[in-house]
Amino acid sequence: MNTEAPLSKQQIAALVAADIEAGSFVNLGIGQPTLVADHLTPEQDVTLHTENGMLGMGPAAHGDETDADLINAGKIPVTELPGAAYFHHADSFAMMRGGHLDVCVLGAFQVSAAGDLANWSTGAPDAIPAVGGAMDLAIGAKQTWVMMSLFTRDGVAKFVDTLEYPVTGLGCVTRVYTESAVFLLGPDGVRVRSTHGIDLEELRARVPVALATIEA
Amino acid sequence: MAPRIAGSAAEAVAGIADGSTVMIGGFGNAGQPMELIDALLQGGATGLTVVNNNAGQADEGLALLIKERRVAKIVCSFPRQADSWHFDAAYRAGEIGLELVPQGNLAERIRAAGAGIGAFFTPTGYGTQLAAGKETREIDGVNYVLEHALKADVALIKALHADEKGNLVYRKTARNFGPIMATAATRTIAQVEEIVPVGSLDPEHVITPGIFVDTLVRLRAAATPVSRQKESA
Repeated sequence: MNTEAPLSKQQIAALVAADIEAGSFVNLGIGQPTLVADHLTPEQDVTLHTENGMLGMGPAAHGDETDADLINAGKIPVTELPGAAYFHHADSFAMMRGGHLDVCVLGAFQVSAAGDLANWSTGAPDAIPAVGGAMDLAIGAKQTWVMMSLFTRDGVAKFVDTLEYPVTGLGCVTRVYTESAVFLLGPDGVRVRSTHGIDLEELRARVPVALATIEA
Repeated sequence: MAPRIAGSAAEAVAGIADGSTVMIGGFGNAGQPMELIDALLQGGATGLTVVNNNAGQADEGLALLIKERRVAKIVCSFPRQADSWHFDAAYRAGEIGLELVPQGNLAERIRAAGAGIGAFFTPTGYGTQLAAGKETREIDGVNYVLEHALKADVALIKALHADEKGNLVYRKTARNFGPIMATAATRTIAQVEEIVPVGSLDPEHVITPGIFVDTLVRLRAAATPVSRQKESA
């Protein structure tokens, strides 16, 4: 549904959470995607995966609950929910690469119209490279959704025709959730599902991607 | 053959030669065998190739091994962290080699080595800088990259309990790389909080069968969190 105002990060997270089908196995990437967990309802019965070796991850641990042996992929202490399971790294990434996870939600520097994702490196020459599970996460789940701001601080669109940043995965992103619009990506191109604080005309003017509407 | 039970961490890591490839378990500090790494540092081995998910945190464990320039090369997925200052300094000074590997490829390369697989085709990394120059193949319409097995001379891992046969059980997300590294090294050294008599572990609960473990050392955690005491009681 279109709104007059741009969405806050929590509103984007709520939208993503509402779109996750009941009973799904989901991996939430580090950063903005972790906010999605706060908006999942018990009725949805979503099982969270953390790639360092756990299904059934609960909320962040506080005080006495903190346990150095129980952390998430961001190395933050977390809790376990009833029915949780632990496994080693090869099994964890087999779970991902093997297409057993339903949805993976990731942050991004850029996404292309073809669903190519850039989120692991800015390509800055002096940066120390680090990739972690980004490339596995990008291509592993049945669906990869991105949460990001649509524009850089300078107002340049991060949803692009061709990536300028180093590739994380090719043709892997099927949805992009931003403060200004939600995009659905598919073989027939990109459709705008909703706009927020911007109309379609301005969106088309500022985003260098052919945009169809959901009805088209 | 039952594993050797070492009386100390120093005894457990004795004989690790200069230039060895050493796998070190752990994801961040969870499951990192700190005492074994300290003993390796004190033992003086240098020119090491280290395989770990990260490149050390703060001023302990693997970070100190890097600080002292004992590591010639590291194979890892995520070296850059807020507290990875010793790696950062060594890397910027050109004093450590880095082979950056996507995390799942790192795990699968280790698993493959332990399982006698020479190489495998994986979709992870296809079309990226980290697959540059590698053989690729299209299989059933999907593009894959050839990745080779990764083995080691020694694996240093941490588990919760062992029995005298070397069967291991782990604790929560500290399990991470332990089970696969145990399979991929010529010599696997495990530090555990308790070594229990044969027959004390439920065979159904064993995660790493003792066949993969060569040396055990009991090292009680210095400060055991309340929740851990309850768990391991």
